[in-house]
Amino acid sequence: MNSAIRRLAVAAIILMLALMANSTYLQAFRSNEINGRNDNNRVRDSQFSVNRGPILIGSTPVAQSKESGDRFKYQRTYPAGQVYAPVTGFYSYLYGRGGIELTMNSELNGSDPSMAFRRIIDVISNRPQQGGSVTLTLNAAAQQAAYTGLAGKTGAVVAIEPKTGRILAMASRPSYDPNQLASHDNEKVASAWKNLNADKDKPLSNRAVQELYPPGSTFKLVTAAAALSSGKFAPDTKVHSPAELPLPQTTVPLVNEDGKNCGGSNNATLTVALRYSCNTAFGTVGMELGPDALREQAAKFGFGARPLTELPSVATSRFPGDPNQPQTAQSAIGQFDVQATPLQMAMVAAGIANKGEVMKPYLVQNVRTPDLKTVSETKPESLHQAVTPQVASQLTAMMVDVVANGTGKPGAISGVQVAGKTGTAQTAKDRPPFAWFTAFAPADDPKVAVAVLIEKADVARDDVAGGKLAAPIAKKVMEAVLGQ
Amino acid sequence: MSIASTSVIQIIPRTRRGVELLLLVIAIAVSVGAYVNIGITVQDKVPASTGYYAAGIGLLALIAHFALRYRAPYADPVLLPCAVLLNGLGVAMIHRIDLGLAIVAEAKGNTPKAAAAPQQITWTAVGIVLFLVVILLIRDHRRLQALTYTAGLAGLVLLVLPLIPGLGVNLNGARIWIRLAGMSFQPGEFAKICLVVFFAGYLVVKRDVLTLAGHRFLGLDLPRARDLGPIGIAWAVSLGVLVFESDLGSSLLFFGLFLFLLYVSTERAGWLIIGGALFVGGAFFAYTTFGHVHRRVTDWLDPWAIDGGQVKLGLMGQAWGGILGRGLGQGHPEATLYAQSDMIISSFAEELGLTGLIAILLVYTLIIERGLRTALGCRDIFGKLIATGLAMSFALQVFVIVGGVTGLIPLTGLATPFMALGGTSLVANWAIIALLLRISDQARRPQTPAAPVSDETIAMAVQKQ
Repeated sequence: MNSAIRRLAVAAIILMLALMANSTYLQAFRSNEINGRNDNNRVRDSQFSVNRGPILIGSTPVAQSKESGDRFKYQRTYPAGQVYAPVTGFYSYLYGRGGIELTMNSELNGSDPSMAFRRIIDVISNRPQQGGSVTLTLNAAAQQAAYTGLAGKTGAVVAIEPKTGRILAMASRPSYDPNQLASHDNEKVASAWKNLNADKDKPLSNRAVQELYPPGSTFKLVTAAAALSSGKFAPDTKVHSPAELPLPQTTVPLVNEDGKNCGGSNNATLTVALRYSCNTAFGTVGMELGPDALREQAAKFGFGARPLTELPSVATSRFPGDPNQPQTAQSAIGQFDVQATPLQMAMVAAGIANKGEVMKPYLVQNVRTPDLKTVSETKPESLHQAVTPQVASQLTAMMVDVVANGTGKPGAISGVQVAGKTGTAQTAKDRPPFAWFTAFAPADDPKVAVAVLIEKADVARDDVAGGKLAAPIAKKVMEAVLGQ
Repeated sequence: MSIASTSVIQIIPRTRRGVELLLLVIAIAVSVGAYVNIGITVQDKVPASTGYYAAGIGLLALIAHFALRYRAPYADPVLLPCAVLLNGLGVAMIHRIDLGLAIVAEAKGNTPKAAAAPQQITWTAVGIVLFLVVILLIRDHRRLQALTYTAGLAGLVLLVLPLIPGLGVNLNGARIWIRLAGMSFQPGEFAKICLVVFFAGYLVVKRDVLTLAGHRFLGLDLPRARDLGPIGIAWAVSLGVLVFESDLGSSLLFFGLFLFLLYVSTERAGWLIIGGALFVGGAFFAYTTFGHVHRRVTDWLDPWAIDGGQVKLGLMGQAWGGILGRGLGQGHPEATLYAQSDMIISSFAEELGLTGLIAILLVYTLIIERGLRTALGCRDIFGKLIATGLAMSFALQVFVIVGGVTGLIPLTGLATPFMALGGTSLVANWAIIALLLRISDQARRPQTPAAPVSDETIAMAVQKQ
């Protein structure tokens, strides 16, 4: 009888061990998968109650958590609201997260493996989990200048430090107030969300990186780079530049913006062609180089790749796949199917400014624990040598000429040599063209490269031009950076 | 060895009541600590009800201890502290979920439901009273043998009670409750004890017949067909419970208990094989025939498919707990349906983590193994069978409910012993612990006739019969 009881005792232990083994599998090995499920309200609730770390510019928070006294314990607030919204994103119970709040979530809520040690200390000392802080590379003055410059317009601004790739400004308008989405009042959040999504001006979209636009004449920098790099062209090489360039396979000719030839010549130099932004000259150059050379040059500046990993839904700029002759001519002047983000065009300017070396753009300077120990620090990283330093300096000289004598005059800063390029991109017939301006300064020792895009502004159609609309904003942003 | 072989020296068994007191103090300290911890974490203050709670758990435990000291001094010293610890932690967790539910209700602008923890403390008191009644009234468990058939009848009546119209109520899809004078009872919890007594009493008488008469088939010693009667009846009754009361857990429990006791009394593995086959057959039949069984199985196979499903929410809680847990008061156990009753194990797993869950399972294992040890040491067959039955009822119940909550097997609604919210189950479990202690007192008490006989000798003698 006792042996049977002993066997039952062993059986009972096996049953209990089976429970422990199954729980171990569940809680130690499957927990990450289950915690990450979208329908997991518990994790959402708990994370929402964590003392989330701030997002900082220097030592000033642009997103921070304050005690709320309700069931979520902390309220996320955005002191500068709309100005930084495209970068910080939002932190909402109902609609998740956007921007840095999304991509740096584990660091901000303290659950990142890099903070595991700190978390263990918290557990032992019975402190609630506290998130780390994320410091951005943004320059407050430049960001404010960019945001103010875009007032009343639809558009975006990106400024980059050419030598490192640090993003100094990233603004997009119309913007939104992330405080509305971070509210703990679900009804208010739901109605704000509904309104923002219904708005045809897409305030939730970060135009600096999420939307693609035809770059227009600013793309002539890429075409010029390809031309100079090919060895077939020098800045003073004369190019066929009539008022109207007939294109093969089509009856629609390529025309210059002003309907005249290039600076009074049907054979202008590359420098002059860039100065007056002559379409016919660059169309000629583009057809001579061929689409592959243009695409290759564009790729070296970052086209075809996702340039920024620190923000969600960053769009990939592109050069069309297999254009025919007239399409190549259109593409060479940034039309047809060439698509670029303002960030991409800022990278083109920054690459030329940095002796041809394009740096990987980044927004996060460092991550620190709540007790200010640095967890990670972003180091500048080279993407490509887009052009040789020699070609870069030739391009720089041509761009300086654009601002000094050409279409870019409104971007000039007194006492500082500015290199720039305007653009006015045609879109559909029934809507105004996009105004572009990309530049860097000072030309001999660049501290800032900038790209400005105006999608829509309250001005007469004839007044829409890169120089008039976009260049003054770029100037203010560059002054803000240089003024320090 | 030399001492044992001479066997002249009388070993004086020690009562170990001091050890029990020490363990009890630890169990009470852990429980009260958990209670205070919860108050500090959730409400930033030591809960005002701490005194009530500490007195409830502490005093009751000490009363039980002194009852044992005077009326069952040789009883096992580990069982009572284990039960107190589980009971105390259970009330603390129920209180914690009370607080969580109140916060949620407040956020939604509803009035919070009445707190369940004070109710559970009251039931603990009733449980301890029953504990005292068993310890004080039943001086010798062997006298229960006279009640074999009464217990059997009582067990059946209790099982059938919920089916009586006007008395039984449907709750959460199972008809296992009766409502009397405004209070709800789960008679199945007491039916369990009655049936163990019946099984034990019946088997003491019939074991010879079941053991000796039989024939070999495929290398197994199978009993005669007419002796299969009892197992057939047990199978039919358990299936009946399943069908008419939609109670998967209880039917498995009753059938399993009878099978185990049959096996222990006859030592024929053949019974387990026949029983196992019947169980598999019954389970398959139930799976294909009854919607609610089918649903439990599909829910088990894919818990994620159901929005807001009980198992799914529980698994999320456990996963959120991870290895070390969120900390008492720092999870969201109230987000799970029936977090205080059926799913209380997942609440513990969330806040105390895998570590806490395994500690709790080890305490259950201790109770089970101490119960089976009592069975081993018991000198009479009836006592052995009762102790085995009660200990294994713990094992089955814990396995079925914890296995269901953690996703090892389909979920069936059984109470987690001592922890889950629910008066009947708590009171019945206190009666079971009292019975086990009573039997262990007999088993460990020095025999009055001088001749010291070891367990092995008895076992050999029993086997020779």
